[in-house]
Amino acid sequence: MAKKNPSKRPAASSKFEEPMTGTTVFNVPLPADLKALKGTSPIVVKQPYNIEYLHSYGQDSPFFAGLSNKKLLGTKCPKCDYTWATPRLACTQCGGETDWVEIPQTGRVHTFTTCYFGGEEFLKETPFHLVLVEFDGVDTLLLSRLLGPAQPEEIKIGMKIKAKFRRNSQLKPTDVYFVPA
Amino acid sequence: MVSGGVSKFAKARPDATFQKIVKESFDYAMNDVPKLKHSMIDGSVVSYFSDHFTRQLMAGIMAVDYLGLCPKPNKRIEGGGATGGLCFQAGWEAVASGRMNVCAAFGFETMSRVPTWKGNEFIALASDVNFDYPVGGFYSGYYAMMVNRHMHEFGTTVEQLAMVSVKNHMNAYGNPYAQKRRKLTIADVRNSAMVAYPLTLLDICVMSDGAATCILADEETAFKLTDHPVKITGVGTGTDMMRMSDRPHGEVLLAPNEKKSDYRNLKYPGVHSFRAGRSAGLQAYKMAGITDPLKQLDFVELHDAYTSSEIQTYEDLALCKYGDGGKFVEAGYPFMPQIDYGMKLPKKGALPVNPSGGLIACGHPVGATGLMQAVFAFWQIQGSIKKHYGSPELQLKKANRGLIHSHAGTGTYVTVSIMERGW
Repeated sequence: MAKKNPSKRPAASSKFEEPMTGTTVFNVPLPADLKALKGTSPIVVKQPYNIEYLHSYGQDSPFFAGLSNKKLLGTKCPKCDYTWATPRLACTQCGGETDWVEIPQTGRVHTFTTCYFGGEEFLKETPFHLVLVEFDGVDTLLLSRLLGPAQPEEIKIGMKIKAKFRRNSQLKPTDVYFVPA
Repeated sequence: MVSGGVSKFAKARPDATFQKIVKESFDYAMNDVPKLKHSMIDGSVVSYFSDHFTRQLMAGIMAVDYLGLCPKPNKRIEGGGATGGLCFQAGWEAVASGRMNVCAAFGFETMSRVPTWKGNEFIALASDVNFDYPVGGFYSGYYAMMVNRHMHEFGTTVEQLAMVSVKNHMNAYGNPYAQKRRKLTIADVRNSAMVAYPLTLLDICVMSDGAATCILADEETAFKLTDHPVKITGVGTGTDMMRMSDRPHGEVLLAPNEKKSDYRNLKYPGVHSFRAGRSAGLQAYKMAGITDPLKQLDFVELHDAYTSSEIQTYEDLALCKYGDGGKFVEAGYPFMPQIDYGMKLPKKGALPVNPSGGLIACGHPVGATGLMQAVFAFWQIQGSIKKHYGSPELQLKKANRGLIHSHAGTGTYVTVSIMERGW
């Protein structure tokens, strides 16, 4: 098992990662005796699976338009007086339609983590902090990134944080991120 | 339930396609009840989680035709991490409704076909792709956020999380089907690589290739096939909103052994608890006539994708009060009575949880997992652990009634089923 590393030097790797590369082969041997075939090693080939989607944000689109104009938009049910920080156009309480509202740009850390690994798409960005943000007068939370602290120990639940917006919008939820207020 | 089978869970099974791995578990189950003829099976239900892992749409029917179960009825069941548990319940529904006398429920996942971090990306696509996936893209990150709130709310510690890992890895030492059989200490768990603060590599289950099969039958047919059938006496299925951020902060759904005054200041479920798990548990308890689960259950096989979610689930299942999950493991309740863990555990063995080693040690080939739990629970209740594991080490002396629990998303679908000695 991994031991504490007093020297703080990175440890040499103890295993090889399985590579996704291989060797080009144009033929494989086949024994003459068909009875021997059940013991054959498996043939493993690489097959690509790449798809580009024209993903629509649909009825959630105004949220992204809001981010590119430095506004945080949520939704509110006029009947239930319930406000969502992560917008939804249908109320989860009464099923009615909700309306767009602007929500505050300052909030608090409801909870957090620091990701040292991630899905392949985000591996190159690790380590990064995730936070669920709570806002005064808003009933639900917003998932976002927290920038600024170097280590998770510097982040405290309840800590005041404020929204910042990317100068060049990517039309992604990461157009907004939070920093300590 | 009259029989079950599990393929050995492994990191990678390049030697077989999913159909053959399913057949291994199916053949095992068939061979365990010689009186059950293939022709007596009226139909089947099949489960796998992700089309991305198989890169094959309609993979379910390919398992069905490989098993020779065409042209009988079949459907595919899918619900994230709870896919296997939902499939088990779909099999039960087919029999309970009278549509089938004998139904085979089987599930699989072959996750080794992509590298681990691509696999994590596939799994993260089971979070809202407008608002969640593009920000985090990582389930371990979501669970780490939930446990940080649990620790803040209730004082749960990372050492308590690590105790779950030590327990489940040690239990798996006696289970030949498990992928990871290790003797660990709390320090080992804490010193392993940090994945998402505070969860380390040893707090998190691994990806696997594997399959499991359960054969379900009506009572009359069951007794013709075996002297030791297991009765399913309660089923419950709970749901919650996909986005963790949308979970309400309201009142606790009370279990029969709880009072409103137990939770005066608790905002529920928030992100620290799984309302779907509580809902599923309450439905299953009501159906099975259980009012005090800690006393009335003999063991639990629950969905420990994370050590933290095992602790959260003790509370959802009302094995202890909300907030007491950390103390529950610290006192030793969920440990096996007969195993030496090298720790002082005053309440050791009061209600063993994950005697098999759970997902953390057995592995988590998603579509098979919930069915694997049913098979391990079935053998435990039958008293046939020695026959199937090759050693009686993990057999509980009293195993008349067990609970299985399967869980998806950030607590999005949860199934609970109660299994009891049927003879």
